[in-house]
Amino acid sequence: MAETQIERQIDRSHMTVTDEVAIQITAMNKWFGTFHVLRDINLTVNRGERIVIAGPSGSGKSTLIRCINRLEEHQSGQIIVDGTELTSDLKNIDKVRSEVGMVFQHFNLFPHLTILENLTLAPIWVRKEPKKEADETAMYYLEKVKIPEQAHKYPGQLSGGQQQRVAIARSLCMKPRIMLFDEPTSALDPEMIKEVLDTMIGLAEDGMTMLVVTHEMGFAQAVANRVIFMDQGQIVEQNEPYAFFNNPQSERTKLFLSQILGH
Amino acid sequence: MSEHRTAAYVRTEILPEMAPPVSEIGVIRWLRENLFSGPLNTLLTLAGAFVLYLLISESFPWFRNSVWFASSVGECRDIITARWGEGATGACWAIIRDRWNMFMFGFYPRELYWRPTLALGLLLFAAAPVLFSESRRIRMAVLGVMAVFLVLAFPALGVGTPATGLLLLALGAMLVLAWSRPWALLWLTGIYPGLAVWMLWGGSVWGPVLAMAGFVLGWAAFTATRSRGAIISVGAAVALALAWWFFAMGPVMQMLETYLPFAIEAVRSDKFGGFVLALTIGVAGIVLSLPMGVVLALARQSDMLLVKSLAVGFIEFIRGVPLISLLFVASLLLNYFLPPGTNFDIILRVIIMVTLFAAAYIAEVVRGGLAALPRGQYEAADSLGLDYWKAQRLIILPQALKISIPGIVSTFIGMFKDTTLVVFVGLLDPLKGITDSVRASFEWKGAYWEPYIFVGCIFFIFNFAMSRYSMYLERRLKRDHH
Repeated sequence: MAETQIERQIDRSHMTVTDEVAIQITAMNKWFGTFHVLRDINLTVNRGERIVIAGPSGSGKSTLIRCINRLEEHQSGQIIVDGTELTSDLKNIDKVRSEVGMVFQHFNLFPHLTILENLTLAPIWVRKEPKKEADETAMYYLEKVKIPEQAHKYPGQLSGGQQQRVAIARSLCMKPRIMLFDEPTSALDPEMIKEVLDTMIGLAEDGMTMLVVTHEMGFAQAVANRVIFMDQGQIVEQNEPYAFFNNPQSERTKLFLSQILGH
Repeated sequence: MSEHRTAAYVRTEILPEMAPPVSEIGVIRWLRENLFSGPLNTLLTLAGAFVLYLLISESFPWFRNSVWFASSVGECRDIITARWGEGATGACWAIIRDRWNMFMFGFYPRELYWRPTLALGLLLFAAAPVLFSESRRIRMAVLGVMAVFLVLAFPALGVGTPATGLLLLALGAMLVLAWSRPWALLWLTGIYPGLAVWMLWGGSVWGPVLAMAGFVLGWAAFTATRSRGAIISVGAAVALALAWWFFAMGPVMQMLETYLPFAIEAVRSDKFGGFVLALTIGVAGIVLSLPMGVVLALARQSDMLLVKSLAVGFIEFIRGVPLISLLFVASLLLNYFLPPGTNFDIILRVIIMVTLFAAAYIAEVVRGGLAALPRGQYEAADSLGLDYWKAQRLIILPQALKISIPGIVSTFIGMFKDTTLVVFVGLLDPLKGITDSVRASFEWKGAYWEPYIFVGCIFFIFNFAMSRYSMYLERRLKRDHH
């Protein structure tokens, strides 16, 4: 399965994990109806960490990161993001969402707006930035994801890889302190996966705190400082990448790795 | 067994393009593919051609023998007999010439015909920033034609030269605005509802002005309390506007009428008729039912049980009842519920009913559009921190409404045609009310086809224009590939 080779040299000078806690999840449970989808999740993410979450489909990894910006509601336990606890209080939810960026599997760009308008919409309407300033920020991030020339096109005119890079830039325009990636390359053709991964590596090099749900194990080995393995709604194992891939502890992890890395 | 083969023949040049065979191009291909592609298709084509021949050969003489100048049906028949021989039949369009004003204006006072005409003309100017904001060419074409029409119509309707000159100046100024800064015409869009009501019904200028002031007050209350959340600010806006209309407006109006009287001749609702009536109800219904339908659709999608049940109940009730029964309620039953002596205008009552009726249908059309949007759009808006109203206004509704355009315009067209049903509550709609009263006169007794064909044609022009506009809008809003 997915094993895109990471060929570039990675600059690790800014990839520093600090002691500051960015996300703290304690004894968190979630149900979809009667289905217990997340069971007793405990996870602490420090600022600067790059965590890859892996696991078979249906293991709850997407649901976990969607709980972190409250796209899904948890029923028990505690989630604290940057010191703000997620409750049903709308103010807290808005505060967390303005600090946490999210990239989706299907990009979810707004098809009726140009690329530039996609990027400036939230800064203008949520952060109340002046249009000119928002435009400048947007162009800066479009340069960064290497597609400034597409600024005035519509999403439907771009390739999947380009759209996903725009989606990343759209999140970055809100100046998030944490980025969540929900299978960002799963809907892409192989040659486009590389350009999106490159963009994500660039983000990691800048020191962004990232939680990435992905099957790209090459990316995990090259960039992550921690890999979390989930199965049946639980965190089964977590370790730094080298140990995770070369010395998995649980049987389920071994089985999963043999399935996705085996030839 | 890996045998290395070499290709026996390799073309070294690219062949020149060749013309396709005759049977694959032009008229012949079109005929073959569309009319004679098989035995059954050929048979149907021939049968269709025969039916078409019958239709035309039967109706053509009737149209060819048309009479345009006569003063009665009898005279028409005499002319046709004299010209085409005994037993010939023909259309008597003279009835339309003779009663044109009746079809257009009903019993609206003749010397005031310019007022509804002006209201209709200004409608397009008021709608220009909203409907034709994108293409200057289309905007100028539509408004230019309307301006020429108004300037020609004014003297014909008996308006003096000074007033026509004034109109010419005003239209010129608005055309310049429409050319250079169409959004500046929004001030006209804003005051148009009050202006149109004043033009149509006349009376004191303060009635429409003060009624519009209620909206301004509501808006002011909304912006003042905006920081306190959507429910409180909407509540404050509605409360203040209602308080103004029901309690403050009457005394203020009396005072203004005493000290600053400014009125034009009033026209009562029972004088309205023909296309003035149909357009008044139709345009008001269209303008009011769209926002109401959108709000209903959002309410039906709401998580709040009470809001949702009210919306569902309203929509299902209105859709389950014939429009005519609602109109009867408007004309008969409301009088029982209102305090005695209340003068609640019949056209206003009909507009309210027609609006409620169309809004229920539009709500369902828009709900279809909302349901067609992928969940990811909502999630992306949420994850960027947009609140519910901003997400709806900036992300969800622009896309949902675009999907719903054909359905919304169909509802509008249906509603415009349904305005003819007001004949059942005693109003003179163009199709039956006016036609019957024209035929009731001695001269035009017995003219059946011509009025119906004429009224049908006018309705067709309006509805076809709406249909073409919706197609233009869909093309303009297309975003996937260009």
